[in-house]
Amino acid sequence: MKTAASAKLKIGLFNRPEKPYVHPYVGGVLLGIVLFLAFLITRNGLGASGGLNRLIAAVEDIVAPGHIDQTPYLLKLAGGEKNPLDDWSVPVVLGAIFGGAVAGILNGRSKFEINKGPNISNRTRLILAFIGGAIFAYGARMARGCTSGQALSGGATLSAGSWALMMCIFAGAYALAYFLRKAWN
Amino acid sequence: MPIFPLPQFVSQALSDNWWTYLAFGLIGFGFGYVLEISGFGNSKKLAAQFYFKDLTVLKVMFTAIVTAMTLLFLSSAVGILDFNLVYVPETYLWPGIVGGVIMGVGFIVGGFCPGTSLVSASTLKIDGMVFVLGAIFGVWAFGETVDPYWQWWNTSGYYGRLTMMDVFNLPTGVIVLIIVFMALFMFWGGEQLERIFGKKDLSKEPKLRIFGALALVVVAVAVLLIGQPTPADKWQAMSSEKMTLVETRAIQIHPGELLASLSDQRLRIVMIDVRSEADYNLFHIRGAQNVPPEQVESLVPYLLSEPTGNKVVVLMSNDETAATQTWMTLTANSVSNLYILEGGINNWISIFGGREPDITATPAPVVDEALMYTFPAALGDRYDASHPHPEEWELEYIPKIKLQQQRGPSGGGCG
Repeated sequence: MKTAASAKLKIGLFNRPEKPYVHPYVGGVLLGIVLFLAFLITRNGLGASGGLNRLIAAVEDIVAPGHIDQTPYLLKLAGGEKNPLDDWSVPVVLGAIFGGAVAGILNGRSKFEINKGPNISNRTRLILAFIGGAIFAYGARMARGCTSGQALSGGATLSAGSWALMMCIFAGAYALAYFLRKAWN
Repeated sequence: MPIFPLPQFVSQALSDNWWTYLAFGLIGFGFGYVLEISGFGNSKKLAAQFYFKDLTVLKVMFTAIVTAMTLLFLSSAVGILDFNLVYVPETYLWPGIVGGVIMGVGFIVGGFCPGTSLVSASTLKIDGMVFVLGAIFGVWAFGETVDPYWQWWNTSGYYGRLTMMDVFNLPTGVIVLIIVFMALFMFWGGEQLERIFGKKDLSKEPKLRIFGALALVVVAVAVLLIGQPTPADKWQAMSSEKMTLVETRAIQIHPGELLASLSDQRLRIVMIDVRSEADYNLFHIRGAQNVPPEQVESLVPYLLSEPTGNKVVVLMSNDETAATQTWMTLTANSVSNLYILEGGINNWISIFGGREPDITATPAPVVDEALMYTFPAALGDRYDASHPHPEEWELEYIPKIKLQQQRGPSGGGCG
């Protein structure tokens, strides 16, 4: 029964029983240790939107190099002979994608699905996800960092601006939560 | 001397050591892995935070912050980490506040933040993938639309490297302990909310978390009791190595090199003139700022922050004694790319002042650190000799400025 065995192997890797998440405080301590090691060894914290930003600048650099040299913001990242990918934030982002994928597979949580509240359609959820992503990333670039680069990393290094910004993220989300209660509940 | 952060990440280009990319990749791997096992790949779990049903986001985030913070300042207290070399996100208050509120809106609409959406996408959640696409659009849109408010974005509420210790004028250990207590109080409050809104049975929560909280408080108290190393402590540890630089004259730059560097587009020269205000008003090099030696330490946060990564600091006094003293103070505070003007202002004038009939040398033998020239009026930087034309001077000198890499996360390194 060869096929059964190979099917079993496939199940073994991809259709594992879904395991529960770790306790939030355990996850928090582990995340804190990763963050601490990042600072200790490299002096930089963690980041997500910065690396994403550079990946996009790299694509723009290939597609429209002239445009880069006329846009001051992009010029800083990829102007002239600068390689936008030569920055610490890029391997961090790639590593995070890989790390998430491995954790998802090992714990049986890697599957095609859409997480949403019970009262909205898949289509609405995806439209909201796109709009939310665009809004978040716009704000993250304005604030020079998102929840990882500012709230986590700036929070741990006691940056005054990062703490102000972190409060504003929570304030913005809580302020709007009531109006979006149908999307999530 | 503290061994962390490793010099390969601080004073060298990343591309000099290929393994640095691997180190960042591994850190990223740990980051993504922990986010996933904490449930951050699931938008429902993230959004539940804002309906008080499941406060995982708050718990994980603040546990991570206080854990990293106490370990960070403990390492600094015991002297294995130089906190001045750690990158502290600079404070751009208003862009941060406006951007923060915008991010909050994006969070509740989209159900993710960028880091969590990457993890969600990598575990095949379609809403995560779409959020990432949206984020790509948002990043692109920002680059295209920031021009009209570029000025506001770069200057509004800019305080550079500003920490909570600076804001509240309290010792690091006190701030650390306050934040630990604040976080513990929030965890307690969060659990009460989960009990009320999420109908959670708190008696099933592991008792171990009480011990974890106690351990955290103990470490924070230790950080407070040990205290952070003062610049004097740091200088003690590094003085023999650094004094060699002074004695071998590795950091004293010729006036010609300063002049050439001032017109070098790749460098951003910060000149600090530590003489008396009277001498500064009589004559100074154009662009130099007058900072009395006793105030020079207040410049440290500014000198450590990095709007650009090519900053070179040149210190000057009438001779070299006061500038060297300041050099030691700033070096003890981990400021890098720090040089002294060779022979001070007196030497500068002896080279560039020859064509100025109004500037005359005082005949009497002068004491150290006295201005050796007399001026008809306090013209400050309006003498030709305070801004000589680099093309007019062919000077011979040994170049000494070696730019140490300062990897400024300018333009999106962080976050």
